[in-house]
Amino acid sequence: MMELKRRQAMGLGASAFLSAILAGKVSLAGTDTSTLTIAFNANLPSFDGTTGLSGVNPAIQAIYRSIYDQYIGQKTDLSLEPGLITAWGWNDDKTKVWFDVREGVKWHDGTPLTPGDVIWSLERAAKPETGNPVASVWASIGNFTVSGNKVTGDVKNFDPTIFKWMAFLTGYVLPKAYYEKVGAEGFEKQPIGTGPYMFDAYEGNSFLRLKANPDYWGGKPAFDTVVFKFVTDATSRVAEIESGSSDVTLEIPYEEYDRLSKKKGLAGVTTPISDIGMIFITNVGPMLDKNVRLAAHHAIDKAGIVKKLLRGYGVPIDTLEAPQYDAYDASIRVGYDPDKAVKLLAASGYSKDKPVAFKIQTTRGLKPKDYEMVQAIVGMWRKVGIEAEIEVYEVAKHFELRAGHKLAPAAFYNWGNAIGDPTTSTGFAMFSKSPHSGWKSDDVDALIGPLWGEKDEAKRIAGWKAADKYIAEQGYVIPLLQYVQPIVFKSSLKVQPNVSSALQPTLVSKA
Amino acid sequence: MTASDFLSRLLAALLTLFGVGVVIFCLLRVVPGDPIAMMISPSATPADITALRAHYGLDRSIFEQFVIWIGDVAQGDFGRSISLKRPVVELVGERLPASLELVFAALIFGVVSGGLIAVAGTLSRKTPVEPLLDLINGLFLAVPDFIWALALVLLFGVLWPVFPLSGRMDPSVSTDFATPFYLIESMIRLNLAVMLDILGHMAMPVLALGLPLASIIARTLKEALNEAMVQDYVLLGRLKGMSEMRLVLGEALRNAVGPTLSLTGVQFTFMIGGTVIVERIFSFPGIGSMAIDAVINRDLPLIQGIILAFGTLFIAINIIVDALSNRLNPRQTHG
Repeated sequence: MMELKRRQAMGLGASAFLSAILAGKVSLAGTDTSTLTIAFNANLPSFDGTTGLSGVNPAIQAIYRSIYDQYIGQKTDLSLEPGLITAWGWNDDKTKVWFDVREGVKWHDGTPLTPGDVIWSLERAAKPETGNPVASVWASIGNFTVSGNKVTGDVKNFDPTIFKWMAFLTGYVLPKAYYEKVGAEGFEKQPIGTGPYMFDAYEGNSFLRLKANPDYWGGKPAFDTVVFKFVTDATSRVAEIESGSSDVTLEIPYEEYDRLSKKKGLAGVTTPISDIGMIFITNVGPMLDKNVRLAAHHAIDKAGIVKKLLRGYGVPIDTLEAPQYDAYDASIRVGYDPDKAVKLLAASGYSKDKPVAFKIQTTRGLKPKDYEMVQAIVGMWRKVGIEAEIEVYEVAKHFELRAGHKLAPAAFYNWGNAIGDPTTSTGFAMFSKSPHSGWKSDDVDALIGPLWGEKDEAKRIAGWKAADKYIAEQGYVIPLLQYVQPIVFKSSLKVQPNVSSALQPTLVSKA
Repeated sequence: MTASDFLSRLLAALLTLFGVGVVIFCLLRVVPGDPIAMMISPSATPADITALRAHYGLDRSIFEQFVIWIGDVAQGDFGRSISLKRPVVELVGERLPASLELVFAALIFGVVSGGLIAVAGTLSRKTPVEPLLDLINGLFLAVPDFIWALALVLLFGVLWPVFPLSGRMDPSVSTDFATPFYLIESMIRLNLAVMLDILGHMAMPVLALGLPLASIIARTLKEALNEAMVQDYVLLGRLKGMSEMRLVLGEALRNAVGPTLSLTGVQFTFMIGGTVIVERIFSFPGIGSMAIDAVINRDLPLIQGIILAFGTLFIAINIIVDALSNRLNPRQTHG
């Protein structure tokens, strides 16, 4: 019998140990077609999508839409479809709302969904003390009464977008009895909804495992198990999909998208989404001069930026409405015209030798090529007589400055609007009473103000288009481009892109 | 260490932590970034903002907020996370063990491999192997941990995918653990499959954190060993016919390990700081990864809790290293 010396035995042990680790990895990473693994670009801070920061974080709505259902569903083109509410509307004079609650729906614990759950969710969302960040939206309706599965309520303040909000941020139906039984902390540990997938396991900042809801009212989901891996670093997401560790990933650099989507075994899809890049103009200093504002806009070659910096992945825009939005008007154009920019500046006494100077703030690394884009814009401005100093700020600082109306004269940021309504784009970005507007002036308010409560939908949309036209003519904001979302996935799958940007597992199927 | 020494160290530690608490509390409220501004929706009215601010207690003066916070901390209540909506103590208690397992594994890797390189370098003095070892060591030393992390992702995650890229364990593994120390628990329970899976997930972060530490230890220990190797007692041993290996391991190492230990303690605290980026790259659910989210979201109670946890850890490590140094220093051991 061969005898092992101590050193040999230790060496063998170490080899066996390493081999076992490697072998364990291989077996665990084996292909499993009943499991969908998504290398996701955001962490999930909370399972309650109706309160706090999570409620207004567009990036994690895909997860909420997997576990819960919204009052009203949303198609991938942003249009509404029946959700837990199958029909909805106002009475003739729009003093009341009504909606029908879907019958035969079960919570993940097997108990039936009732109109009471829907009313409780709406009333809870309307209470500021629950921490719902858009409580005022939900408080615009109330005093609900139930008859069968039909719910009727009073319109306290007419909001033409209330039903759109039912498919938007914080618009989720939660289980009244279960929530009251387990409380907020119990719900965080074991959340239940009516959605296509049920909570199974969660490791904060690491992964969320869901299992298919066999009783889902919309039919059995395509995968038995869905795993959201929280991979917030874009390089790591590229590695996840390239190594085969994940089946789908999103929001990777466009260079990587071009490379990976051509790779054998992988496929890709891109779509313009409800998120735009823009430059807020604050009504201070040189920006009070219309010529400066318009010159700053005309001097930017948006198509060139999209082509050269974003590899063609972007859609130049001239208003805050993207083409998929309700108030988009293709006839409103500002146009790239550096000669006109020079003339406008000259009219105000500025030139390349005597440039107008101001600061432009930007994020760096938050959105694709954000800083590089601003660098390019500053270069374009310099050619016409605008000398801009770049200041990089963090997201938190941007929000604080914006809420306090203290942004620099020009400030780059992005703006999402997953319901495509003009109130949630031009409205909140330009109305002086909004905490998020950059430009605040009475002339804009006079145009926008009456539209908040306009009951005639055609008139309302026409009013927003007129406001957008006026804002473009005055140069009160510089819309730049609509972002394009890249998604890479295994070629054994099919992915339906979503304009709202939410990569829901229900949009992924086997090819 | 006598009882009075211990008490004085404890008092100093508490005072230091109080100072850390004061500084971080004030700093967070001075730097730009309002957590409420981040969570208000575009439709929020001034009344909504006021209500939210009151909901999180941010409508009070800084002094008032501090008095409330420090009073609660004294009673073990570190507040609730704004973004995660859970008690800070609970969150830190869940995540810190993951980071601790990671850094201790990296420490073990760094000490063992650094020690081996130092011994190998000492044994190969004045041979062609020595400059080669120094060159490799210098390379490891020059590359920071996050670059290692990215290089490892490319090497062992994509080109030769042998290690998992992200997470603490495979999502298919049951999370039915009694404690947050998954690795230790799986070892105690002799659950080999889970233990190997966890170790596999730790492999790349441990290498990323441990390689720079290993090179520092290798360099410091080798220098100390080289100094020791020309001392009289080593020369005497050599005259007695002791082998070079025995001289290094049996004679020189004991005296050379002191300065290396002190340096290891310092580097260990740096390594804990390094977890912030490394955990992010590998989506490792430790306290470092949580710290980034807390800062991005301006989650003030959570940031404060994490900083205090880091502070406590640093102080504890310093006390342990001091105690070990005293223990290993013959001059102090024998009075």
